[in-house]
Amino acid sequence: MSCAIHFEHVTKAFPHHSGQMLLRDRLRLLLRPSSRNRFEALKDVSFDLATGESLGLIGPNGSGKSTLLNLATGLAQPDGGSIRVNGKVSALLELGAGFHPDLTGAENIRVNAALMGLTRRQVNQRFDEIVAFSGIREFINEPLRTYSSGMAVRLAFSVAVSVDPDILLIDEVFGVGDEAFYTQCVEKMHSFQRAGKTIVLASHNPLLITKFCQRGLWLDRGRVMASGPAQEVIDAYHGALTEAH
Amino acid sequence: MSWRGDYFYLFENLILKDFRIRYRNMSLGILWSLINPLVMMVVLTFVFRGVVGEQGNSRVPFPLFVLSGLVPYNFFTAAFMTGTTSIVDNAALVKRVPVPREVVPVAAVLSICVHMLIQIALLIAITLLFGMHVGAQWAWLPVMWVLYVAFVCGLALGASAINVYIRDTRYVVESFNLVLFWLVPIFYSFNIIQKKYQPLYNFNPVAAMVMAMRNILLENIPPAHSLVVNMVIAACVSLGIGILTFRRLKSHFFEHI
Repeated sequence: MSCAIHFEHVTKAFPHHSGQMLLRDRLRLLLRPSSRNRFEALKDVSFDLATGESLGLIGPNGSGKSTLLNLATGLAQPDGGSIRVNGKVSALLELGAGFHPDLTGAENIRVNAALMGLTRRQVNQRFDEIVAFSGIREFINEPLRTYSSGMAVRLAFSVAVSVDPDILLIDEVFGVGDEAFYTQCVEKMHSFQRAGKTIVLASHNPLLITKFCQRGLWLDRGRVMASGPAQEVIDAYHGALTEAH
Repeated sequence: MSWRGDYFYLFENLILKDFRIRYRNMSLGILWSLINPLVMMVVLTFVFRGVVGEQGNSRVPFPLFVLSGLVPYNFFTAAFMTGTTSIVDNAALVKRVPVPREVVPVAAVLSICVHMLIQIALLIAITLLFGMHVGAQWAWLPVMWVLYVAFVCGLALGASAINVYIRDTRYVVESFNLVLFWLVPIFYSFNIIQKKYQPLYNFNPVAAMVMAMRNILLENIPPAHSLVVNMVIAACVSLGIGILTFRRLKSHFFEHI
């Protein structure tokens, strides 16, 4: 079996300031360099995910789940270690990143599909499918700002899966949609799995992870606490939680 | 980041997006692109032909003379400014969508090209209105503008990357644009500049563009060789330095915006 995602001793730290620096901050840093102002988001993380496998990421807020997804997407570069990703990645990291409130649903679909690398012909071919999947056909020519957050998620998810990725990275997005859309998403992800695609899913919902993923990875403060079959990782996570109480 | 997409389709969509966002909530729409240069043209003509009462080269209508300077200057300032802040302004995109980062400042500059084309149309309309004729030298217009846009793209790439790390950059650009208004022969002619200051203008691509426009539209001659050479060098140097700077700085955009 070939390897879809490979992390080897990956380390990633972020500067503590939010990144917004004026010239005076730069000069201060130049005169008095300090290494204390760094926050280690991932420390020595290694794992392999074979093609066709699904991995569930679990851990408290700030444990490094999102950072891991960002690195796998290629949005950020690791400070140490190496990352290999084989295949076309589609990431659903935040509801409708790249969506603009003043554009209509249809216009947002085209802009985002183009950003994700679809060609004009592909967009034209898949446009109806995207709209149908989102289930908001009657609002498709209304500006996005008139949408509820659930409707926006529907649209974002529909575009992300239309890319026909080899690897789908998902960061907690199911919370906002309604029951019907949730079921639809779960079905879509099952069909991805049947098609032999790789999925990484970060979630606080252990049920979702055990339902979907063969593999689990528990992160805490940037370290891997447990890695292996999903059920075992979730059990270990729950064990630690009850112990703490 | 391996992005294998359709660049042409992507740029088309990003430019359309900017255009729609900008004009959808304006009752006058694209008329706004015309009002600014027209007002400036009238004001500068009033000041320098009415208030000050200077008598210059009377062969060329002064409003046309001013407008041929304003259009290249307006494009430069708007594109340089929008380009500089583009990466920071599109933080959501840069942090969440793995599209090549170079696309963002270049799309910002190309979006301003839409206004540029509207203003060029205005300039040509007024040129014809003042009785000038279309000639073979007009074929130089697209050549010069393509070089000029490439030059600004290079600047935007470099400045947008630096602006991520040092947020003051946009204020430096703002002041620079203000100073530039006086250092480009918009409301005065290159001929009245003292000899010792002329080299200063020869190295200024915005001034070169203004003079080339006047060669073509007002004097009915092809742009001077020195101006063409100047633009080619400016475009190559600016693109080279801009791309190198951007490439060096882009890997840490994520942490800094």
